[in-house]
Amino acid sequence: MTLEVDKLQISYRTLRGDVRAVDGVSFAVDDGEIMGLAGESGCGKSTLGNSLVYLEGRMKHAGGTVRLDGEVLPISDQRAMGRYRLKRVSIIPQYAMSALNPTRKVGRMTAELLKSRGVRYDSVEEELKRRIDLVGLPQGVLGMYPFELSGGMRQRATMVISTLLDPSLLVADEVTSALDVSTQRAVGEMLMEFRDERFVKTIIVITHDLSILAQVADTITVMYAGKLVEKAPAATVVGEPLHPYTQALLASLPEVGVRYEDAPLAGIPGRPPSLLHPPAGCRFGARCPFAFEKCSQDPPFMELRPGHEVACWKAVRDIGGTSVLAEADQPGTEGPAGPGAGSEVPAVPRPGAQLASPTSAVSPGPGEWTGQGTGQP
Amino acid sequence: MIGYFARKLGTYVLAFFLGATIDWGIPRLMPGNPVQIYVAKFQLQSPGAWEALNKLFTKAFGLNVPVWKQYLNFWNGVIHWNFGVSYTQFPEPVSHVIFSAVPYTLALLVPAITLSYVLGNRVGAMAARRKALDNTILPVGYFFQAMPYAWLALAMAFFLGAYYRWFPIGGAYAQGMVPNASWSFVWSLISHWFLPFMTVFLVSFGGWAIGMRNLVIYELETDYSRYLRSLGASERLVRRYAYRNAVLPQLSGLALQLGVVIGGNIVTEVVFNYPGLGNLIFKAISGEDYFLLQGIFLFIIVGVCIANFLIDIIYVLVDPRTRLSMQGAQA
Ligand SMILES: Nc1ncnc2c1ncn2[C@@H]1O[C@H](COP(=O)(O)OP(=O)(O)O)[C@@H](O)[C@H]1O
Ligand code: SF4
Ligand SMILES: [Mg+2]
Repeated sequence: MTLEVDKLQISYRTLRGDVRAVDGVSFAVDDGEIMGLAGESGCGKSTLGNSLVYLEGRMKHAGGTVRLDGEVLPISDQRAMGRYRLKRVSIIPQYAMSALNPTRKVGRMTAELLKSRGVRYDSVEEELKRRIDLVGLPQGVLGMYPFELSGGMRQRATMVISTLLDPSLLVADEVTSALDVSTQRAVGEMLMEFRDERFVKTIIVITHDLSILAQVADTITVMYAGKLVEKAPAATVVGEPLHPYTQALLASLPEVGVRYEDAPLAGIPGRPPSLLHPPAGCRFGARCPFAFEKCSQDPPFMELRPGHEVACWKAVRDIGGTSVLAEADQPGTEGPAGPGAGSEVPAVPRPGAQLASPTSAVSPGPGEWTGQGTGQP
Repeated sequence: MIGYFARKLGTYVLAFFLGATIDWGIPRLMPGNPVQIYVAKFQLQSPGAWEALNKLFTKAFGLNVPVWKQYLNFWNGVIHWNFGVSYTQFPEPVSHVIFSAVPYTLALLVPAITLSYVLGNRVGAMAARRKALDNTILPVGYFFQAMPYAWLALAMAFFLGAYYRWFPIGGAYAQGMVPNASWSFVWSLISHWFLPFMTVFLVSFGGWAIGMRNLVIYELETDYSRYLRSLGASERLVRRYAYRNAVLPQLSGLALQLGVVIGGNIVTEVVFNYPGLGNLIFKAISGEDYFLLQGIFLFIIVGVCIANFLIDIIYVLVDPRTRLSMQGAQA
């Protein structure tokens, strides 16, 4: 495993108390794996991604560990962490289009950054130029100021700079969000190429847009209100999601051209809960059409099928067949869903719940799915 | 590039033209007839002699022609660097009177402006990173920045001059001394210069330090600073970029502040009776010497326009974004 995150807790210090934006998150990413991290805005995706690279002033490491290539990352120690940045961990920030100093030429800024990290510019210049070509930028960008470039060009320049020293881990935060559909796909392909060329060993692609992850990611992790709710291979998450939140996310995928953030989750009213005082039990409970008594307890994030982790009592009940089912001890299980219950989750919509079953909302095949997501007819 | 500067130059020429016109008009709107005041000083008994003198001086000052002609004559004078003669120091030409005062004013203004700008920026940037410095420099900066020049000048003159007698006050050198190349004369010059210089320096210094502190704090929070830190850049590099970008608004501020500082300098010279242009303005107003007043203001207008133009050029050199917008304007 290249990256192992264990019970990580990150909070923001605010005047009203600590906002627990990442609340006990555990996952692992393999060498060569691109992990997608999805969820609505405000779920803590950026906080999680940033914490692996740079803990900002108001962020606090409240618990848990992060290991990279078997070594514990000192994420709360700025000085110690400084040595890992750019060389071992790196980030393409959410604000990539404004990440470059407006009064320095791109090449000069890169040289000065490298110098301050003790790397000679000439030793990487050739590789830098090769990668500039690779992402489709003209060589001239090195001699230009950021404001002379378009937003997309600035973003690609940032991608090249962030990965120049071949880090093990790259966090790519919303790199596709501000782009049109065809550019989104191009950027997604660039990320895959970076991985294939071994510029980076693993990538965490953060986005609120599941459709891009279906193309790019090997595994998808879904986050809700500071916790992980589902993790599985990309095709499984998209084709056979077990968690009601994931299902809702898929059902609410926008039509082409509509920005995801602008539209509330179709069929699921409400907003994510405040992370200042998160509710007890399942955090999705208030919006979940399937909630039942058991859901007042915190559902554990566990592997219900091989390689498929979910934090949901209903999924536990539906999949069944494990010791947890007995522990779950909930009355009135409807439908004996065995271990091999197939792709259809036997959803039990209550009266009034409008949540569409995932298979009726999206095409079952990942291939067609991708097509829908990228706007292909 | 050339087009940009040509346009800027055009703006300053227009500003100069308007400023000079106002400068010409305002003394004429002041109450009192300066010629009569001047003639009255001769305490003549005979009405005939009074009449003759009045006529003579009206003609000498060029006031015997219609107003529009006076205006044209004024511009003619400007072109030939001839602003007429001073009433109060008759028959000295105004240009001589001004030129003998200019070195004193420049000796105060140039060091006060440049040192307060350079040191204010440095100290402000340091305050942005060191809490202890922030807690000491900031209140002191606010104190001086909010001080009217006249108050600070009076406080300095009273405490450091009259009460403790650390510094002499009044004039540019000791009374009775004849300018010469001796060390004692130079020392006298410096000790008389120090308090008025400190007054102008301190007020501006406080303003620059506070402005820079706030700008650097802002720049350190911007996206490019966060990105550099995320990539492990040294704090030195992050600060260097922040400082450089924070200096840009300060530079435009400098252009705006010039007028204010010059105003403060005038008051300060008056308080310390320092023989620069400010003091001369004071004397010209009390003596209703409006050619002199006109000449001084014209000189100041030219000075401010030139200084602003220089700042424009420097700004273009340090901010690449203005260079691009210039290319855009040309295309
Ligand atoms: N600087 C901050 N101070 C306080 N709370 C913050 C700050 N930044 C983010 N948060 C809170 O942390 C939560 C997660 O934010 P974020 O990680 O940006 O979410 P996402 O990237 O998934 O949209 C949000 O509820 C947000 O309100
Ligand atoms: S645990 Fe309960 S409330 Fe939470 S998602 Fe599952 S069914 Fe819904
Ligand atoms: Mg985010």
